[in-house]
Amino acid sequence: MKKNTPDVQGGPASYIGVAVWVMLLVIAASMPWWAERANLRLLAEFFYMLALAQMWNLLAGYGGMLSVGQQAYIGLGGYALVLLGLRAGINPFLVVPLAGLVAGVAALPIGFVVFRLRGAYFAVGTWVVAEVCRLLLANTTSLGGGSGLSVIQAVRDIPSWWREAFTLWMAVGLGGGATLFVYLLLRSRHGLALTAVRDSEQAAESLGISIGRIKWSVYVASAIGCGMTGALIFITKLRVSPEAAFSVDWTVAMFFIVVIGGIGTIEGPIIGAVIYFLLREVLNGFGSWYLIVMGAVAVGFMLWSPKGVWGLLVKKFDLHLFPVQRRLRLNIKKHLGSQ
Amino acid sequence: MTQWINILIQGALLGGLYALLATGLSLSFGIMRMINIAHGDLAILAAYLALAIAEPFGVNPFLTLLVVVPVMAVVGYVFQRTILNRTLGSDILPPLLVTFGVSIIIQNLLLEIFSADTRSLKIGTLSTDSINLIGGIAVGTFPLMVMMTAIGVLGALQCLFSFTKLGRAFRAASDDSETAQLMGINNKHIYGLAMAIAMAVTAIAGIYLAISTNINPAEGSARLIYAFEAVIIGGLGSIWGTLAGGLILGIAQSIGLQFDPGWGILAGHFAFLAVLMLKPNGLFPITRDR
Repeated sequence: MKKNTPDVQGGPASYIGVAVWVMLLVIAASMPWWAERANLRLLAEFFYMLALAQMWNLLAGYGGMLSVGQQAYIGLGGYALVLLGLRAGINPFLVVPLAGLVAGVAALPIGFVVFRLRGAYFAVGTWVVAEVCRLLLANTTSLGGGSGLSVIQAVRDIPSWWREAFTLWMAVGLGGGATLFVYLLLRSRHGLALTAVRDSEQAAESLGISIGRIKWSVYVASAIGCGMTGALIFITKLRVSPEAAFSVDWTVAMFFIVVIGGIGTIEGPIIGAVIYFLLREVLNGFGSWYLIVMGAVAVGFMLWSPKGVWGLLVKKFDLHLFPVQRRLRLNIKKHLGSQ
Repeated sequence: MTQWINILIQGALLGGLYALLATGLSLSFGIMRMINIAHGDLAILAAYLALAIAEPFGVNPFLTLLVVVPVMAVVGYVFQRTILNRTLGSDILPPLLVTFGVSIIIQNLLLEIFSADTRSLKIGTLSTDSINLIGGIAVGTFPLMVMMTAIGVLGALQCLFSFTKLGRAFRAASDDSETAQLMGINNKHIYGLAMAIAMAVTAIAGIYLAISTNINPAEGSARLIYAFEAVIIGGLGSIWGTLAGGLILGIAQSIGLQFDPGWGILAGHFAFLAVLMLKPNGLFPITRDR
C-alpha cells in the first residue's frame, strides 16, 4: 500500500545524533552516583529549561502560534504541586504527571478563548490569560495569596539523595521526552499538517487539514509539558508564589533559548539551552548583564541569521541530527528495478 | 450615587493615560503591522530620561518634555530605520521577537543604571489638586490634564492622517505597502517617521506615567499589557477607538477596585477578554487585518 506522505530520510549524521543524545541522557541520569550536588542542580535546571524551550518551539516555531503566556501552565503546575502535594499529601514526584493533567485540562477552556485570536492578538491574549491566572491566585488567600507558600512540607519526608536524584531523572525525562515527542510528532503526518498550517492556513485547509484540531492538540500538548515542568521546577525551588510561578521571565528564557539556538528546529533548543547556561555562568556576578548580552545576541540572530546557531550549521555542513524535513530524493535505481 | 460618579470619572481619566500610552503602539500596529513588545519599556526609558534631567538640575518635569520628546522621536526614527525595517514582512514573528529582545535589553540596562528602586517625577501639589464640581463630585487636576493631552494628541493625529500629504502616505503604506511604493512613497522613510511620531507620543505618556505613579525599570511590561488591551479593544488602526479602549479599561479597573483592592487590574483583563470574545477584531476596526 502506498503511503500518501513522503518519508523522512536521515543521513548518517542522524544516527550518530540520536546515539550521542541517548548516551548523553544516560550519562546525565547516572550523575547522582558520582557528581556533586551543585552540578546535579545545574543539570536538572538545564533539562527542565530544555523541556520548556522545546514546548515553546513546538508552538511558535512549528505551529506559528506565538504564545507569550506559557508561564500560565508553568504556574498552574506549581500550584498543582501545592494542592496535590502539600494539601492532599501525594508524593511530589507523582504530582508531576498529575500537574501535566491539570495544565492540559486548564488549556481546554483557555484555548477556547485564545484561539478566537490570531497572530499578534493571540500573543497578547495568551499573555493576558497568564496575568489573569496570576492575579486570581494572588487573590486566593487560602493558597497563600500574593506572598505564596512554602512546599517544603511536601518534600521533607523524602531522603535528600533520592530527592536530588529523582529531580534530575525527572528533568532528564522531561527534557529528553519533550525533544523525543517533538521529533516523533514532526516525523508523523500530524507534524507535516502542523507545519503546513503554520505556513498557510488557507492552503492547509484546502488540502483537508482540520486546522482547529491540529492547533488545539499542539496547544494542549505544550500546556501539559509546561505544567509537568512547572511542578518539577517548584519541587526544586521549594516556594510557590504567584509572582515567581506566573512570571513572564519563563517565556523570556524560552524565547532566548529557542531564538539563539534556532527556531523551528529540534536541535536549536538544545544548542540554545547550552548557550543560555554558558552565558549565564560566564556572566555570573555581573548582575543582569547576562540578560542584556543575551538580548543583544538574540536580536543579532533575528536580524542576521533568523534560523539561529543551528541554522548556520545546517547551511554550512548540511547537518541533520534529528531529520524532520521531507526531502525529495529520486532513487533511480529502485525506480528502474521496479519496472 | 456621587461615589459611583466619582469612580467613573476617575476610571475615565485613568483611561486617558492608557490611551496616551497606547497611541504609539496603535500607530506602529496600524501602519507597520508590527507589534512592538519594547513599547512599554521605551515609555519607561523616556520617563527615566526625564528623571535624569529633572532630578539633578531641579527642572520642572513638564519642561523635560521639551528635551525628551524630540530625543525619543529621533530614537524612534533610528530604531525603525536601522533595526525594525529589516524585520518587516509577511511574517509577524521577526519584529515580535526582535522587539522582545530589545525590551529585555532596555529593562536590564535601566536596572543597571538606575537600580530597582521605585522613582517618580515630582510636580508638587499639582499631583493631588482637584477641582470640585457641584454635588461633591471632584476631578483631579493632573488626571484631567492627562486626558486633555490625550484628546489633543489624538485630535492632532486625526488631522495629520486626514488632511496632510504625510498622513495620506501613512494610510497608503498601511493599506498596501507595495502599491504605495510604486506610487513613489519611500516606505522605509515613512515607517521611520511613523515610529518617530509614535515615540514622541510615548515619551509624553512615559513622563505622565512617572508623574502619576511610582515607576521602576521592570514597569514597562506591565504597562505594555494595558496599552495592548486598549489598542485591541479599540480596533486596529482606529485612533478614537484607542481612546475608547483606554476608557473602557480604565473604568473597568476602577470599578473592580471598588469591590476588592486585588480585583482592579483583573477586572480590566476580564473586560478585555470579554470584548475579544464578542468582537475578535475589537470594537471599531478600521484597518483591514492582513
